[in-house]
Amino acid sequence: MNKLLLIAGGSTLVYAVLALVMGVLPGIALSGMPPGPGVEPLTALQSKGRAIYVANGCSYCHTQQVRPLPQDKIFGRPSAPGDFAYQTPELLGSERTGPDLTNIGIRQPSEVWQYIHLYNPRAVVPESVMPAFDWMFRVVDKAPAGVTAIALPKAFAPPVGVVIPTPEAQALLAYLLSLKQPALPGDTASAADVSAVTVGGVTATDASAATPQVGAATPADEHYDAAKAQALFTANCAACHQGTGEGLPGAFPPLKGNAAVNDADATTHIRVVLHGLQGANVGGVVYSSPMPPFAETLDDADIANIINYERSAWGNHGAPVTTQQVAGERAKGK
Amino acid sequence: MPTSVTAHAASVDETDDRALASIFAAYTITATVWLLFATGVGILLAYKFGAPDFGRGAWLTFGRLRPIHTNATFYGWASIALVGMAYYVAARSSRTVLFSAKLAWIGLALFNVAALAGTIALDLGYNDGNLEYREWPWPIRLVFLAALVVTAWNLIGTVARRRSEDIYLSNWYTIGGVLWTCIVAVVAILPWYQYGLGQVSVSGYYMHNAVGMWFTPLALGIFYYALPKLLNRPIYSYALGVLAFWTNLVFYPIIGAHHFLFSPLPWWLQTTAIVFSVAMLVPVWGGSANFLLTMRGRMRDLAHSYPLMFILVGVIGYLVGSTQGTAEAFRSLQEVWHFTNFTIGHSHLTMYGFVTFAIWGGVYALLPLATGREPGRAGLMLHFWMAVVGSFIYVISLSIGGTIQGLNWKSGVPFIQSVVDMQAYHVWRGVGGSLMFLSHVAFAWNVWRMTYGRCAKIAPVSALPAGRAVA
Repeated sequence: MNKLLLIAGGSTLVYAVLALVMGVLPGIALSGMPPGPGVEPLTALQSKGRAIYVANGCSYCHTQQVRPLPQDKIFGRPSAPGDFAYQTPELLGSERTGPDLTNIGIRQPSEVWQYIHLYNPRAVVPESVMPAFDWMFRVVDKAPAGVTAIALPKAFAPPVGVVIPTPEAQALLAYLLSLKQPALPGDTASAADVSAVTVGGVTATDASAATPQVGAATPADEHYDAAKAQALFTANCAACHQGTGEGLPGAFPPLKGNAAVNDADATTHIRVVLHGLQGANVGGVVYSSPMPPFAETLDDADIANIINYERSAWGNHGAPVTTQQVAGERAKGK
Repeated sequence: MPTSVTAHAASVDETDDRALASIFAAYTITATVWLLFATGVGILLAYKFGAPDFGRGAWLTFGRLRPIHTNATFYGWASIALVGMAYYVAARSSRTVLFSAKLAWIGLALFNVAALAGTIALDLGYNDGNLEYREWPWPIRLVFLAALVVTAWNLIGTVARRRSEDIYLSNWYTIGGVLWTCIVAVVAILPWYQYGLGQVSVSGYYMHNAVGMWFTPLALGIFYYALPKLLNRPIYSYALGVLAFWTNLVFYPIIGAHHFLFSPLPWWLQTTAIVFSVAMLVPVWGGSANFLLTMRGRMRDLAHSYPLMFILVGVIGYLVGSTQGTAEAFRSLQEVWHFTNFTIGHSHLTMYGFVTFAIWGGVYALLPLATGREPGRAGLMLHFWMAVVGSFIYVISLSIGGTIQGLNWKSGVPFIQSVVDMQAYHVWRGVGGSLMFLSHVAFAWNVWRMTYGRCAKIAPVSALPAGRAVA
């Protein structure tokens, strides 16, 4: 009996001490981590959305932790201990079958895009393997007052009626849009404050547009790298404007044939990419989805590359821009 | 030797032997049902990577089925099968009868109730926070804890009745494993110190301890009992087994934070985890060497014995999977592999290549001794080869695909490219997974034949002293 006590009891005692030191004590110490500056608790609706996120296991494919590694830069700044003060249960996750969502409220602030994507991800990202969450939506004959029907592409829309979100989808959306990293003290102005610049003149075709550059399909900037530019476009822009540059009718404006993109004066084009846009009017259609700003996440050369890609693809023939032009517009501020 | 067997058999009540055999059989049968269910769900999940719109609706959505697959594998299949075998090993190696057959049946009921309730809860969306391997709502995890307590009590009671002074090494591992896991379960359930980042550190601890302090020791317990039994020779070094026991106990609990490298957890916690992940090579290589040296010079026997072949694969799975785990803990490699499908390959190499093969080897070696019924050779062959080839395809395809995924991210191509590049590897994973599932059907058939099916009976070996080969 003594030997049994020694092996079973002794090893269990050793294990209990180790569990205390490696499990419980770090848990206690880190549970008291104060919230970082600007880190706020969720609203009731956002909390409900977070519970739906958990119930449907979103974090098995989406992490919510940005590592201090170059490949994570596209997802935001590195996560800080203070970011998680109000996050119980923690949703850091262990798999990135889909992208990290730490900062998705800033990276993809468009309500319309999020709804379409939840209803069927392949409607906006054809290669996506994410499940469709169409059971969180309802098909009705006519959207009730105050509710906007979701502008689904034809191939994904029901044959009759329109699709509206259920309260579940609304809560989930509220949570997703709440995922914004507050700036760390000492950082430059955060990308969090999405500017509400309304560029009403996007459609205005300037009379002075006639410049010798029009029609130049190949950008002149010696830094232009077509393959890299297309990759940047795919990573940052194609989710809404689509690989075809045609956007989604009623949801996201086309870049193909877009007046601002084909304008010889690239100022508007550069400023929209830098600072984002709300209430865009393209070809007489007003789009309610906000476009996120890219000033914080992309450098001048990348933005110039993207702009030059947009200006030369799909039959567009806008005058190419240089990195210096982007830098100049950035220096002017919003 | 024959005299002692006869003498002993006479002293053990026939009904007790039958009780032990039917407990062992019942644990194995319910575990097998969970295996079929869990891996059936796994096939559906794998299929969804190619056809994401297949199986729509809340109940069949990926994020609800995924924890059902992992939890049913862990707590339905592997846990129940291992505990059933631990009872058999405890009673036989101590040359006594079970402390309480009734407690064993109660434990079986509790394990199954927990697994069933957990599965239903997850499918209804009651997920306790997507915290890996502890997704069941906490009241259900309490039921599982109760099952563990019952099992620990019963195993200790059984070994306390042993006829020799020594406690056979297998029982160190199984009793230790059950007791430590009680602590793991309590630490995971108590909520008071698990907020925000604090919960992250507990998750790291839990994720690894639920595996390393539960499945590892119980599976090693099988190796230490079944290998000497099948080869009819003692384990190569008893002392090495004791060393592996204590080093596993001390090093394993410290390495949990390596699941959160580069996270906001304190850097010292992550570095400590990496250091002890390297230290884990001591019990892993020590243990593996011990098993392989026990088999030395007997490779010809292997070809004639499927139980031995299953155990050999299990030992190799333990060695390769655990060594891979140490490699993955390095920051330089984790930079590429973290968050990719490489991790899924690793978890299948360990939970399948090691734990599941160990269980199969144990079941095929021991269940016929308990019931007196043998499975057919064709069934064994089908099971073995489909499982080996299937899991090989599975692990290799995800390891290659996961590496490509990680390199894609590092090279800065659009994220969606990493999804597109995985497609071929997801298909191969499905092929491997299908073979694995088919092998489980063969296993189920074999279990049936070893328990209640019609087959040629052999004389059940009652109370054959495994201790003989040991002391």
